[in-house]
Amino acid sequence: MPAISIAKAPQPAATNPAQIRNFCIIAHIDHGKSTLADRMLGITGVVEDRNMRAQYLDRMDIERERGITIKSQAVRLPWRSGIDNEEYILNMIDTPGHVDFTYEVSRSLAACEGAVLLVDCAQGIEAQTLANLYLAMENNLTIIPVLNKIDLPAAQPEKFAIELANLIGCKPEDCLRVSGKTGAGVETLLDQIVKQIPPPIGDPKAPTRALIFDSVYDSYRGVVTYVRVVDGHLSPRDQIQMYSTGVRHEMLEVGVISPEPMASKGLGVGEVGYLITGVKDVRQSRVGDTVTTYNNPATVALAGYKDPKPMVFSGLFPLEGAEYPMLREALDKLQLNDAALVFEPESSDALGFGFRCGFLGLLHMEIVRERLEREAGLTLISTAPSVVYKVTLDDGKKIVVTNPSEYPDGKIAEVQEPIVKATILAPSEFIGTIMELCQQRRGVQKGMDYLSEDRVEIRYTLPLAEIVFDFFDQLKSRTKGYGSLDYEPIGEEAGDLVKVDILLQGEKVDAFSQIVHRDKAYAYGVTMTAKLRELIPRQQFEVPIQAAIGAKVIARENIRAIRKDVLAKCYGGDITRKRKLLEKQKEGKKRMKMVGRVEVPQEAFIAALTTDSDKASEKKK
Amino acid sequence: MNLAFYVHIPYCIKRCGYCDFNTYTPSELQITTGLKSITNSYTNLLIAEIKSARKQVGDRSTVPSIFFGGGTPSLMEAADIESIITAIGSEFDLASDVEITLESNPDTVDREKLENFYKAGVNRISFGMQSAVPHVLATLDRTHNPDNLYQVTQWASEVGFKEISVDLIYGTPGESKADWQKTIDTALSLPITHISAYALIIEEGTKLAAQIKRGEVGLVDDDLTAEKYIMADSAFTKFGFDWYELSNWAKPNSESKHNLAYWLGHNWWGAGPGAHSHLNGKRFWNVKHPNLYKQKIDAGDSPVADSEDLKESQMESERLMLSIRLPSGVEKSTLNEKQILDLSGYVKSGHLDKGNWDSGRASLTLEGRLIADRIVREILL
Repeated sequence: MPAISIAKAPQPAATNPAQIRNFCIIAHIDHGKSTLADRMLGITGVVEDRNMRAQYLDRMDIERERGITIKSQAVRLPWRSGIDNEEYILNMIDTPGHVDFTYEVSRSLAACEGAVLLVDCAQGIEAQTLANLYLAMENNLTIIPVLNKIDLPAAQPEKFAIELANLIGCKPEDCLRVSGKTGAGVETLLDQIVKQIPPPIGDPKAPTRALIFDSVYDSYRGVVTYVRVVDGHLSPRDQIQMYSTGVRHEMLEVGVISPEPMASKGLGVGEVGYLITGVKDVRQSRVGDTVTTYNNPATVALAGYKDPKPMVFSGLFPLEGAEYPMLREALDKLQLNDAALVFEPESSDALGFGFRCGFLGLLHMEIVRERLEREAGLTLISTAPSVVYKVTLDDGKKIVVTNPSEYPDGKIAEVQEPIVKATILAPSEFIGTIMELCQQRRGVQKGMDYLSEDRVEIRYTLPLAEIVFDFFDQLKSRTKGYGSLDYEPIGEEAGDLVKVDILLQGEKVDAFSQIVHRDKAYAYGVTMTAKLRELIPRQQFEVPIQAAIGAKVIARENIRAIRKDVLAKCYGGDITRKRKLLEKQKEGKKRMKMVGRVEVPQEAFIAALTTDSDKASEKKK
Repeated sequence: MNLAFYVHIPYCIKRCGYCDFNTYTPSELQITTGLKSITNSYTNLLIAEIKSARKQVGDRSTVPSIFFGGGTPSLMEAADIESIITAIGSEFDLASDVEITLESNPDTVDREKLENFYKAGVNRISFGMQSAVPHVLATLDRTHNPDNLYQVTQWASEVGFKEISVDLIYGTPGESKADWQKTIDTALSLPITHISAYALIIEEGTKLAAQIKRGEVGLVDDDLTAEKYIMADSAFTKFGFDWYELSNWAKPNSESKHNLAYWLGHNWWGAGPGAHSHLNGKRFWNVKHPNLYKQKIDAGDSPVADSEDLKESQMESERLMLSIRLPSGVEKSTLNEKQILDLSGYVKSGHLDKGNWDSGRASLTLEGRLIADRIVREILL
């Protein structure tokens, strides 16, 4: 058995870098990364069989349920190589698997020398995996291609081995074949990690430099910071300093995860572990920053530090106005663990008090919303997501708009909108429909490659605003679920954009305003007014619904006045029944939002702002 | 104290497709001996309840009206009706001008039976006409021949009834405006003094609701139903029938006292299964099933299923809800500032009468009558 007991394995702070291998696993959401990780924990003996539970490393409920990993972790695995019978320490660094967390992924990759490229051999590689693979290759990581789920009846390892070989420039037979489920091939994989991935190199005598690749808030311990030591060492007695801010912290604990946290005497060159300083907010311990010591600080930071920049903004409003303070509290709490989340108070005529929140992307937005609802028990309305527009006015003044209601009326010289580079992978039969979708969304084609005979990679540049507006759902439905998407911001471009306002009885409803391309303004106006006509109940007066650009009305619908709202009869003197019915209806009315004199049900806001038409129609069923 | 009586007769030969009233057919009751035997023994149960009512009320109240509703009260023998009236009269004091109404299915009466009802003390008769149009009656699942209406109202008049009413239903799926006009015109050609016209309500759980769900019967457009109300009001008014409640029109002095008692919040006793009573701010109602009702009465127990002591705010809500349905409406001096503010919008929009509003009353205009519930919701406490 090549497992070695933890007690006898090389100890933290006393491990020769030549014995260390740092690697991560790059995989798409459901391609079996967590199952493979579980299997590695079992085979190396760090988790005993009886303590094993599925997806051991995914901590938050939400991660386990959605099958995605949001926060990475690093696990120290002792391993005796079956090839040379030497002892090694493998540090497995788990990477987030989604498009919104590209920056976090890049820092996790920067902490490794090699990557296992894990692909489900029933499905083939997905766009996000490809994007992360390119990221790993840019970081000069050694790539070990692995086909997973070889136990599945639908497995096509030969086909996807060719695909992988084409992508990374190896031979199809170099692809390892494993089953995380049965454990087949996992020992070989561990041996190959030792053999192929180079050991870390660093200067143990130089001033300490450690890369923060993750930081997590723990309600008992405060912020737990995950680091990879590049030069020097960290010891429990050190006072550490964050390079970007210069802030000094006392070290309370340093240790490794195997797979539960274990305090250690320190961390040496090439080692991966955690440190705890008593800091309460992840923003003081930012991913990508360099940790050094106060007494002997490094003069040069590790490359690649960036501030996370929110790309997508949306208003979050409590359904019950009284829940506003709870929402603030919940956002404050969430921010302790999410350095990328930004928010500020916002008030809407229609939705009351809430917060304008900035997110890394759509998934990040969805996760935040879901966590707020689940962990704080709130019911929220989120407004249609918006991107960041840079508006130059005629007088040369520049303003940044993240909320359509702040968009200036007229006098606009130029509007810059964010542009992304999008990569779409799909079976080749869907090329036509994908190109049509991208064309509709103002996309510019940048290239197309066949990954294998029947799978293509299509590259486009697109305005981010077009992607946040139900692009992914459209892609999924057009490709019968096979298409996958990755995108990254590449800058800004001027666009011919206008704000479309929606007016009820002549009153502007801020929650429905949207910034759209001029060519699409009419279609947006027609769709929105028609949708609202269906959703707003008839009132005792006629309600015109208009879509307008400035003062110019581009679409109009009418809700006719209600003619009849009366029960003809009280059955057998059952006055109680009638009174209760009226009282119930009155309660329902309280849940309406008044826009001027017009009663608008909450459902109208939710449904009208739901960009995701598939989901909306599913709910109706 | 005044105490009106509602007497529920929960039996029908056949259930109509739109009906969700508390009524039962022989097959639903699983009896094979016909309805006669039930109605005979049923009379004794009602008399027992009337006696217990006296005990509960205490004094010999004056009874201004008795209403036999159903179900199909005209299935009862005149002798049974008479013994019920006698029972009420012996426990309480019948007012000298007591109004005694009996609902009647045009198919279940002949001249002789009407005469017997009249002799038994019934002085107001209300026929379930519903429509004069065969296809509308068919959708409603009614069995009577519309041509009978002229005959039965004529007989009723001949045997002595001075107060004759018909019930109409509008807004039946498939009913055109011309159909409804024909029903209106037919009703107005009858020797009657009173008309109730009710918009059809599709009740969950009825045969008609199921037919609509299955798509066998079309949906009804509320706007069209609203127009039919206006058609009816205009025709009835022209022929001297004035509205005195949202769904009721009468010749001068032919308003139903019993009907008004509900809308004016008077006291009444409802006897029989599922019947509702109201006594000085307390509402209570009987168990619904005739068999359970019989068990309770036979055992000497109260047949009351549940009750509700109205809080002051509920009483006030009911007062508003009920009185707004009458031409006199609600006195502004009884409303608070917020209610007056909320209602003033409806004066502007023409739903409340401007002249009456200025002289101190909130009363509905014709368009306002069509959205009475919406207006009441506005001011409900």
